[in-house]
Amino acid sequence: MVSTPVVIDATGLHYSELNRSLRETVLGGQSRIEVRNVYGQRYIGTNLAGDVHLDIFGTPGNDLGAFMDGPSIAVHGNAQDGCGNTMNEGQIVVHGRAGDIAGLSARGGKVFIRDSVGYRVGIHMKEYESKRPCLVVGGTAQDFLGEYMAGGVLVVLGLNLQEGEPHRARFIGTGMHGGVIYLRGHVEAHQLGREVGVAELDTDDRATLEGLVSEFCRHFGQDEKAILGGRFTKLFPLYLRPYGRLYTY
Amino acid sequence: MTMKTYLPPRFAIQRRDDRCIRCQVCVRQCSFGAQAYDAEDDVVIGYDDKCVACHRCVIFCPTQALTITNTPLDYRENFNWRPEAIEDITRQAETGGMLLTGMGDDKSQPIYWDRLLLNASQVTNPSIDPLREPMELRTYLGRKPDRVEVQPRTGQGGGVKLKTRIAPQVAIEAPMLFSAMSYGAVSLNVHESLARAAHEAGVLFNTGEGGLHPKLYRYGDNTIVQVASGRFGVHPEYLKAARVIEIKIGQGAKPGIGGHLPGEKVSVDVAATRMIPAGTDALSPAPQHDIYSIEDLSQLIYALKEATHYEKPVCVKIAAVHNSAAIASGMVRAGADIIALDGLRGSTGAAPKVIRDNVGIPIELAIAAVDTRLRQEGIRNQASLIAAGGFRGSADVIKAIALGADAVYIGTAALIALGCTVCQQCHTGRCAWGICTTDLALTKRINPEIGTRRLVNLLRGWSLEIQDMLGGMGINALESLRGNRDHLRGVGLTDSELAVLGVRLAGT
Amino acid sequence: MREGAWFEGLQNPYRDDKVMAACGLFGVLDTSGRATGASDVVRAMANMHDRSNGLGGGFAVYGLYPDRADLYALHVMYMREEARPEAEAIIRGHFSIAQAEPVPTRPGARVSDPPDFWRYFVTPQNLDHQESSDDYVIQQVMRINTGVSGAFVFSSGKDMAVLKGVGYPEDIADYFRLDDYQGYMWVGHGRFPTNTPGWWGGAHPFNILDWTVVHNGEISSYGINVRHLEMFGYHCTMQTDTEVIAYAVDLLMRRHGLPVEVVADVLAPPFWSHLEREDEETQALHRALRQVYASLLMNGPFTIIIAHQGEMIGLTDRIRLRPLTAATKGERLFLSSEEASIRLVSPELDSVWTPIGGEPVVGRLGLSPREAPPELLALRPERIVQSTESVARTS
Repeated sequence: MVSTPVVIDATGLHYSELNRSLRETVLGGQSRIEVRNVYGQRYIGTNLAGDVHLDIFGTPGNDLGAFMDGPSIAVHGNAQDGCGNTMNEGQIVVHGRAGDIAGLSARGGKVFIRDSVGYRVGIHMKEYESKRPCLVVGGTAQDFLGEYMAGGVLVVLGLNLQEGEPHRARFIGTGMHGGVIYLRGHVEAHQLGREVGVAELDTDDRATLEGLVSEFCRHFGQDEKAILGGRFTKLFPLYLRPYGRLYTY
Repeated sequence: MTMKTYLPPRFAIQRRDDRCIRCQVCVRQCSFGAQAYDAEDDVVIGYDDKCVACHRCVIFCPTQALTITNTPLDYRENFNWRPEAIEDITRQAETGGMLLTGMGDDKSQPIYWDRLLLNASQVTNPSIDPLREPMELRTYLGRKPDRVEVQPRTGQGGGVKLKTRIAPQVAIEAPMLFSAMSYGAVSLNVHESLARAAHEAGVLFNTGEGGLHPKLYRYGDNTIVQVASGRFGVHPEYLKAARVIEIKIGQGAKPGIGGHLPGEKVSVDVAATRMIPAGTDALSPAPQHDIYSIEDLSQLIYALKEATHYEKPVCVKIAAVHNSAAIASGMVRAGADIIALDGLRGSTGAAPKVIRDNVGIPIELAIAAVDTRLRQEGIRNQASLIAAGGFRGSADVIKAIALGADAVYIGTAALIALGCTVCQQCHTGRCAWGICTTDLALTKRINPEIGTRRLVNLLRGWSLEIQDMLGGMGINALESLRGNRDHLRGVGLTDSELAVLGVRLAGT
Repeated sequence: MREGAWFEGLQNPYRDDKVMAACGLFGVLDTSGRATGASDVVRAMANMHDRSNGLGGGFAVYGLYPDRADLYALHVMYMREEARPEAEAIIRGHFSIAQAEPVPTRPGARVSDPPDFWRYFVTPQNLDHQESSDDYVIQQVMRINTGVSGAFVFSSGKDMAVLKGVGYPEDIADYFRLDDYQGYMWVGHGRFPTNTPGWWGGAHPFNILDWTVVHNGEISSYGINVRHLEMFGYHCTMQTDTEVIAYAVDLLMRRHGLPVEVVADVLAPPFWSHLEREDEETQALHRALRQVYASLLMNGPFTIIIAHQGEMIGLTDRIRLRPLTAATKGERLFLSSEEASIRLVSPELDSVWTPIGGEPVVGRLGLSPREAPPELLALRPERIVQSTESVARTS
């Protein structure tokens, strides 16, 4: 039962006004909202909870969905830095690219980004029992991908790479002690952090991956079979305590 | 019993009889004759007057039955006539000579490292995480030009390549080098441990003025060879093996005077390396007899450069004294590629105590003065600056860098890593730890495998600490801290001291 | 404590070594040379209002004095009345002045306590035959800034101007009547300093000759950068760490003649561990740069936009601690702290990407972004992932 969405025009609105307006709209009983003419307003989705869906047209500002607990957001444009920062539950779908630190310290929920992302994406993502955040990037990522990951799933598909073109990210998974990264495409050992192990995907991995790729394709109209047919590598933490030999007592 | 001396014992050997199992390990380990076994009474006796508090027996006693305490003899309290002053006179009255000692100045002149504090970045600048993000400690020693010129690169790809020819540079992976300790002052096993550790850690060790034993030539790439006033062991192979050549003008423990390796320490092997007769005293003159003025220094520097085809940087080492800044400026202009400054707390195998404790200035002030002066003259980049003299830990090292040093020499700290307890008996040649001796019965107490490991561990521990402190300051390359005094603040210092150091008071 | 820093009228009551530069920045270059007005850069800066705190804003504009294009345009701020005759005596003694006038300003703009602003269009006189005019101008600028208490030359290039002060960028634009000017390249900056109000000279851009720098971040190597530059005759008087970047660029690019990619490798060198993988010629060059210019490595987080006649350069620190988005549309190159500001002034873009840390983005007059090699723009594969459905976009 899809109700007609309410349209909010963000032109000239400061982020505090826009977010207040969104919250009032939601509290007023609306669960589907379109926000248009967004130019850099921050923290959209942060103060919302529950079963709400936002369609954002324009370029949302930093910390989109930061600390968000439940709602789902679709961005029809590019996102900036901090997308899904410490997100607890919910979903963010970006029909474009995102900036740095997407998914920083995320604790749950899902983020799908169609194109590429910046630095330190997925840094310190967490996980506990059933709470397992997932972040899927259709393009490539830059340095420090998955830096000191403690949990969750990071998928980077490299769909915009040419045939044989390798990933360029460096310091991938540096400090990783939990979670997993599935990388589609070629990456060299020197691009990985010292704490990262490389393996083939097992059946559980493939099941998780297929689920996420399937969702990704539904959002962005991609060919699931073609994507899954590519070469995937699993990057995982070698040690539970990567810094055991660091201190003298 | 005849009283041979008016001097009371300094230390008392305390033995717990309920723990002593009469194994006599202490008797065998003590090289000073302070322990003996009386078979008749089945008891181990301690001769307090021979004890030097080196702790060898304490560490090796399998039942921890031993400890050493300060002399139980009390004097009437006197701030001026302290026991040491009284006993020094007594000793001189008995012998009529200069009082000799080892290691570095142990007196209470101010230690500026303990009055300097470091910055950390917060809010306006993130600290950097050295465990996960790159943190670069590499340093290049050598003479550098003011600018780099480039020219177009031939071949595909375009771009530019280097045009300027730069004088030879030496890369060290951490800013700590092993200070000059001569073979003869220390044993060959110590030299080997230093050489191998330098090799493993990617830094350098200094041969000191006793030459380089042929079995260590293979570590030449990590060796600084010294050309000192005695010119011991200085021959073409020696120069060829080296990575850096150091002309030693002076050292912090004994500025202005020469060296004296007592005949007891000139073993057959030492004699061969130094090319002097075994058993003679190895004497190093006070000055280098071909350097009586700055232009003579320039002459020697270029003589060495010619002899080594300009392939190796030439370092000149001086003690930190009153006009170090002016001397350093002269040295740079005379052609030195590296300047080594050795401060008041520098150590030695043997020196007159009065000179060790009263001549020279603290290295902290010297670094600041030399660095500032060279910058004022616009010539700071023409020579690297190595600081030496009593560096006790990574905090001292990093503060030295912040004041302006390129790297530091560590001597005492390296020996402590090998077991030294700074008992100041190096000049006797009877080091119970096997470090400052050439007595083969003692030198085997240093195992180069273990010694190397311990030295590498020391460098590793300090490097990790330096990386942590750098990251805390929001810096990920050591060169950004070098000479960057804004990251230091002083506490408990006068305005003049702060001015010389170029550092502000904490809170401002 | 630096020479010449403590003079009356200087609003740095806490004597901070330097004021941190936390902020927002924006730059736009029309590579075809077409002159446009201020509205794009001002709207872009206003959109990033929350990156500033109202204590500093400023702009650089290139090409605004076309009929005086070969005269040095010295822009001076006077914090006290007596400073003007003193400074003008120095100017008169070293230059022939074609025109001297107050900088036009708009009363009622929301700025606090402005000093007096004057501009002088001049030609150097009385040079020694071997001196270059540029070096001569720098000398006189340093002479006034260190010697005349309460006077600061804050812009000294030809056919360009820096206009800046204490206020939000949009208010500074209003105060200096920015809408009166046209230029082919505009740079804007809004500041979030951590000391108190008042120091108009502390706003960005920083300038020497026609070099301008705007900066977001904090230079943790500042203490040694300053000491190195002092050996070459540059004196830091502006109490803000950004100043060293302007002088470093003048030294490296103008005096030492190094190309911009090499300068980027001095300010933000690649890591040793990455260099090991390059060919020997590349390694030799980078080793030499780091050996010789170690004290000019800019450590700490930074995004900078450096501009001079004909070129706009964007650069971030080597571990990308500060944001930078680059974009192109037609002949125009945009650099911004946030993409949203670019979209506001140009909703449709040909390409938009995040440059890699330490790799410069260079826009050049006469070289359309469409023809520029990707390395010049640090445009790595950031191609759009094409979807099989069309995605609705609204401006």
